[in-house]
Amino acid sequence: MSDLLRLATAGSVDDGKSTLVGRLLYDTKSVLADTLDAVHRASADRGLTTPDLSLLVDGLRSEREQGITIDVAYRYFATPKRSFVLADTPGHVQYTRNTVTGASTAQLGVLLVDARKGVVEQTRRHAAVLALLGVPRLVLAVNKIDLVDYDEVTFSRIAKEFTAHATALGFPEDAVVEIPVSALAGDNVVERSDKTPWYSGPTLLEHLETVPVEPDPHDAPFRFPVQYVIRPRTAEYPDYRGYAGQVAAGTVRVGDEITVLPSGLRSTVEKIDTADGPLEEAAAGQSVTLLLAHDLDIARGDLIASGDAPKVTDEFEATVCWLAEKALTPGARVLVKHGTRTVQAIVTELRNRFDEQKLASTESPGSLGLNEIGQVSVRTAEPVPVDDYSRNRRTGAFLVIDASDGSTLAAGLVGAPLPELDGVDSCTGGGNSAQDSHALVSPGP
Amino acid sequence: MSVGTALDTLGRLESEAIHIFREVAGEFDRPVILFSGGKDSTLLLHLAVKAFWPAPVPFPLLHVDTGHNFQEVIDFRDRTVEKYNLRLEVASVQDYIDDGRLQERPDGTRNPLQTVPLLDAITTHKFDAVFGGGRRDEERARAKERIFSLRNAFGQWEPRRQRPELWNLYNGRHRPGEHVRVFPLSNWTELDVWHYIAREGIELPSIYYAHQREVYLRDGMWLAEGPWGGPREGEQLVSKTVRYRTVGDGSCTGAVESDAADIEAVIAEVAASRLTERGATRADDRLSEAAMEDRKREGYF
Repeated sequence: MSDLLRLATAGSVDDGKSTLVGRLLYDTKSVLADTLDAVHRASADRGLTTPDLSLLVDGLRSEREQGITIDVAYRYFATPKRSFVLADTPGHVQYTRNTVTGASTAQLGVLLVDARKGVVEQTRRHAAVLALLGVPRLVLAVNKIDLVDYDEVTFSRIAKEFTAHATALGFPEDAVVEIPVSALAGDNVVERSDKTPWYSGPTLLEHLETVPVEPDPHDAPFRFPVQYVIRPRTAEYPDYRGYAGQVAAGTVRVGDEITVLPSGLRSTVEKIDTADGPLEEAAAGQSVTLLLAHDLDIARGDLIASGDAPKVTDEFEATVCWLAEKALTPGARVLVKHGTRTVQAIVTELRNRFDEQKLASTESPGSLGLNEIGQVSVRTAEPVPVDDYSRNRRTGAFLVIDASDGSTLAAGLVGAPLPELDGVDSCTGGGNSAQDSHALVSPGP
Repeated sequence: MSVGTALDTLGRLESEAIHIFREVAGEFDRPVILFSGGKDSTLLLHLAVKAFWPAPVPFPLLHVDTGHNFQEVIDFRDRTVEKYNLRLEVASVQDYIDDGRLQERPDGTRNPLQTVPLLDAITTHKFDAVFGGGRRDEERARAKERIFSLRNAFGQWEPRRQRPELWNLYNGRHRPGEHVRVFPLSNWTELDVWHYIAREGIELPSIYYAHQREVYLRDGMWLAEGPWGGPREGEQLVSKTVRYRTVGDGSCTGAVESDAADIEAVIAEVAASRLTERGATRADDRLSEAAMEDRKREGYF
């Protein structure tokens, strides 16, 4: 079992997300005495009689002033069974981009709903974002269960509705778990609650400690974006020429035949080097230096690959999550950062838009605004080696960058990473039924 | 040797930090590593050496010297620079005080005074990427920090306008005058740092381990005698067995009473501690509820 789980939280404003995260930290004794003292003091200053656990995590002045979480924050806690990296992401609509940030590396998403309100638009939107970004597993924490008198029927209704939505988005049923909790009172977060005798599943922490974690794809085709060429030119290493990078997918062994993309040059791996000595093989996640049998022209930005080679192309389809206030319009000139290569690009076509507010899609919209998700066609100035995001979360991902000010405009995913749904072509209605949200995954024209 | 299994936590953290160092080397013109001789920056340098081996580290070091240092740490700093044959730039707070560009604070602490010399050094040397040893587990405001953190021409951090950071694709684009603070240790905890120091056998300044020292009590912290003024009237020097959990400006970095004389003992002590390293020994973080955030907005690390 993996000793580390990376998770991201998401939920609407006031669902109690900061309190839940605070509760997790508090009940796992991950909070040290001086930090706790500070929270007790600050709570008392605000006239509260019990400590406000959200103050443990809302780190910015304006967050504490407004009582909301503005920006994604990373928390670290551990139990004897596992370590956790938690991306605590804000629920407010204007900060949905941070949900994308947190989800890009998460192995599990924890969504929160208020038991009194049940599954709302924002819940469906966040589940869709987590599905889009390939987060393999979901937990729905049905919070404030104390405020519905620990009612089993209420919980079951919400759980059923959520499962239906999540499976429609492509999550297997066993990848989705619902848990009734009260972050404020501590029910079923770390400690099992005696007020929900009808619930036989795990507490949130028990689930986090035992949920299977998908390993890095060691058996996928080998992918190695070249970051940096190491050429010491010292007396000791006069002819050393190594290609430094982190294995993005698969495994490489000494003697393997490789192809350098986009040039298509071929060679074999002569040595896999590290500062701690050479390796026989290196797998996804490891930072190493490759030495090749031939003296080839290889630079930062190239991709060393073997096995089923990625497509080398200057035109591809992609899904983008637009993260900037400046809208995307077809014909926009941007930069695309894929792996270690940054190229000029034009978004030639905006094929459809998933409207985050209406949870519906529009064909050929004129533009894509902040927090909107759409399918686009991209043309690049030079060919790039791309995999489909659904096959590889690393080599299928790219950033869209504003060439003029350098800001990050969008998260890009090569291909259409969401499954197609039978019988749902497009949907223009406003409503907020679960059915409408399926339009997100409708195929383009 | 063959490694076919998944990386353990330290292996994963090491690999991530090496990846970050190489990204910066590949994309920036003039990076620099902030180096104080403390444990985090020593670890940072160790990882940089690994990232570019067998070539030398392609960056110089920058020390913002408050003038209130522990001699053991300065000696260690100079030894380390020589060992790796690196270039060290020093930005001196004392120089700024001597020629009137900065004024000594009434409380005598010089930590907040580092910001101006730091930003001046960045401007003078045209550094465009500045590595720091900051970790997100240190403090609430730090938990909000990106690995690549854009600073404007005034060195300011604007938490509401941070770039989204996706996958391991770091965006280092910046305009002239702006720079990027880079935090390769973002995802490490204090215990990870100590476990890694033990695993790699990294040498640290001796004051991290238990030793006998003359100290006096001020605001609940054991401060050492030094050029920063102390003990004042009514403060009594006593000899104690202590060590330091962080190494910063001597005027505001307290010692903790400890018998942990070697790395195993330190790890056991840190694991059992009920106090954060900053809460235990850093007076400057106690100034207000948002002390760290406010300093970061001004350009501090």
